[in-house]
Amino acid sequence: MATPKAIIAHRFGFGPRDGKLPLYPPASRLDKPDRMLKTFAAQGSADAFAWLVEIRKISDAAAGGDNAARKQRQAALAEASRRALVNARLELARAVQSDDSYRERLVRFWADHFTVVARRTLQRPLMTPFADDVARGHLAGSFAGMLRAATTHPVMLGYLDQTGSVGPQSQFGQRRKRGLNENLARELLELHTLGIEGGYTQTDVRQAALLLTGLSANDTDGTVYLPNRAEPGAETILGKSYGGNRKARIDDIYQFLDDLAVHPATARHMAWKLAVHFVSDTPDPALVADLAAIWRRTDGNLLAVSTALTEHPAAQKPDQEKARQPFDYIVAALRALGTSGAQIMDWKDPVLRRTALRPMTAMGQTWQQPNGPDGWEEAFDRWITPQALATRIDWAMQMPRRLRDKLPDARKFVDLALGDLADDQLIRLVGRAETNVEGVGLVLASPQFNRR
Amino acid sequence: MTQHLNRRGFLRGGLALGCSAAAFPLISHATFAAAPFDHRLIVVILRGAMDGLDVIRPVGDRNFRQLRPELGQGEGPALDNFWQLHPGLSGLMPLWQAGELGFVQAVSTPYRDQRSHFDGQDMLEAGTAMDSPPEFRRDGWMNRLLAGLPGARSETAFAVGREALPILSGPAPAQRWAPETEMRVSPQARRLLEQLYEADPPFHSAAGTALELTEMLNDLEPMDPAGESEAMMAPPPMMGLPEPEKANAEVSAFAAFAAARLREDTRIVALSLAGWDTHAGQDNAIRRPLARLEQLILELKAGLGPVWNKTAFIAMTEFGRTVRQNGTKGTDHGTGGAMITAGGAIRGGRVLGQWPGLGDSDLYAGRDLTPTGDVRAVAAWVIHGLMGIDKGALQNGVFPGLDMGTNPGIV
Repeated sequence: MATPKAIIAHRFGFGPRDGKLPLYPPASRLDKPDRMLKTFAAQGSADAFAWLVEIRKISDAAAGGDNAARKQRQAALAEASRRALVNARLELARAVQSDDSYRERLVRFWADHFTVVARRTLQRPLMTPFADDVARGHLAGSFAGMLRAATTHPVMLGYLDQTGSVGPQSQFGQRRKRGLNENLARELLELHTLGIEGGYTQTDVRQAALLLTGLSANDTDGTVYLPNRAEPGAETILGKSYGGNRKARIDDIYQFLDDLAVHPATARHMAWKLAVHFVSDTPDPALVADLAAIWRRTDGNLLAVSTALTEHPAAQKPDQEKARQPFDYIVAALRALGTSGAQIMDWKDPVLRRTALRPMTAMGQTWQQPNGPDGWEEAFDRWITPQALATRIDWAMQMPRRLRDKLPDARKFVDLALGDLADDQLIRLVGRAETNVEGVGLVLASPQFNRR
Repeated sequence: MTQHLNRRGFLRGGLALGCSAAAFPLISHATFAAAPFDHRLIVVILRGAMDGLDVIRPVGDRNFRQLRPELGQGEGPALDNFWQLHPGLSGLMPLWQAGELGFVQAVSTPYRDQRSHFDGQDMLEAGTAMDSPPEFRRDGWMNRLLAGLPGARSETAFAVGREALPILSGPAPAQRWAPETEMRVSPQARRLLEQLYEADPPFHSAAGTALELTEMLNDLEPMDPAGESEAMMAPPPMMGLPEPEKANAEVSAFAAFAAARLREDTRIVALSLAGWDTHAGQDNAIRRPLARLEQLILELKAGLGPVWNKTAFIAMTEFGRTVRQNGTKGTDHGTGGAMITAGGAIRGGRVLGQWPGLGDSDLYAGRDLTPTGDVRAVAAWVIHGLMGIDKGALQNGVFPGLDMGTNPGIV
């Protein structure tokens, strides 16, 4: 019989580590310091951008035909890939080592909610700093704070083309014949806040894009506000007027973002999205309604909403309706196998690739490369396909013996990995495996371990 | 041979679960019936909104160059005295000359005004209209097509690649596979897995199909243990540097796998090519997706051999892009776009579609190419010509509420 504690540890975390379930309720540590961020510290945004500035100089020289600079640029591309790999390793180590794994799951949720994707190799080292700044930094704060951090982050401004958007009637727009790019405004409304059914129109998108003009970024200075690119005059979005006859200023954009963060449509959209991600592809309407109510009552306090999610009766039911996404699956398997964060830090690059990154791709989730700004899909049948399940089974059967010289006895491993989520049938079948390796593989390939 | 029989058991369970057991009788490899028709249909979703005006350029329209002074710098081959092909597809000119390549301009789905990739693609793949009942929106139109084909079975249709392809998802069984997948399991572990999954239908179904497919592929090309371990050590493509090569290898694998399946029992293939969302620096950004599209078509033709003559290939995208270039030498989300058709079964060498013009008053919402035709009608006429499915079934069952209009004579 599955106990609530085990269900919660799988649903809101990555399951037990080395057989041990967390000692605290999942949300109880969210307002404490982020220990994994310190233990496995990644390069910050400022340093990542400073490096890009150096590389930009080399690129300019290379474009000018300087042969030595061309070689340096090739080396810089390799270095960017190496840095991205270091970041992947750190993020994996954090998730595997953490005893606060609801935080790690929420990091993935929010980083996915505010998806950014590197379009070029040189941008790859920026993805983890973005997630650290936006998701980790605001998990237990207000959504308004997280929204502001995401929307004004130089990585987001680059990804959704805001850096090239200019008010057509602005000084700069008139002089240089430059114009508007709606991309950020559209995704801000559709994906990040109100949702597609949030009741906005194409006019609202256009007006929001006009309001956002002036907000830009470059590698040297990070986020900047350039009033000479801002469209003059007021914009009206969702019936409210922003800006006015005074000089354009970034505070008008902040005010707009703050309003979006607490809009009832945002509350509903985010409540639904959290419930879908953590509990069910078709969540109990009461769960969504209750979370949305808490969102509205607390003006989008993420600690309150995240806590309520784990404590809601609809989130306690024993049915494991969700499929673990590939990253979560590999993290959970490594935790069950007793791999430590420190060991992951010591893996050679090829081991990291064949253990985590390549299998994730084959399971349908290339690390930090979702298809578009809507991030990863949620539907169960998106993840449990013939090809993805084949890869999970292959991983379960082949990987554990490469990771550990001596695997635990499979009959004990059922308990380490699943605790009381393992049913009698699974325990019986594991006992009938021809080899211990296959017994361990059977546990990791089981529906119980692939669901949550 | 227990292993063999076991696989059958797996497969049978898997298919039974597709909640359409009555329409799709249980089958095994041995009892696969011949497909109900002999032609081949390949549908490619171009994700990200391909700029139809840059790919098939209306250079004969006097407004065209003014609207896009800095786009489309390189000249491409002339298709006639009005249309010019993007130079990135010039490798397809022999097909154009042979009548095996055609285009349809100024078409769109019924999707309007919101200009969201995701909703646009959802509607493109669902094959629905803005007011279609919700039950049609959940499934892909190719799945409904499949459901209506007498004698269709899971092997009839394939979604190729790792990405989700909602166009083929739904109750009618279709298969999906990324060509490089492996599943190394001993016969005993296989038996135990089967029992383990028995009580969990989605797992049972997925594993059964996976087993069938890995074995088919093994028949296709014998396993090479040395090559396998080397592949495990190779850096993952996305982490490596030369991205164009990665694209090439992936497209080649798609084309080879699809062609191999289509040479046998498979009749319908769906896949997708992403990368068309050219908001900035379009001249540069569109090159790679065009190269991949060109490579896909050429390698499918080569791989299909004589079967190419029975094949219709359709590429479609969620919507077109703005008629004017934007402030970043790119284009934003628009409405009317273009479709690409190819294959020995089509009558190509023509740019079809009623040209709406590019004057200010010709544009949709003052910014987009006005759609004069429906993407779904083009697909429906191709299917009608290719498979002999009647108009009623296409207009009511596959594409609910569609008016197919007059036959453009593509097939």
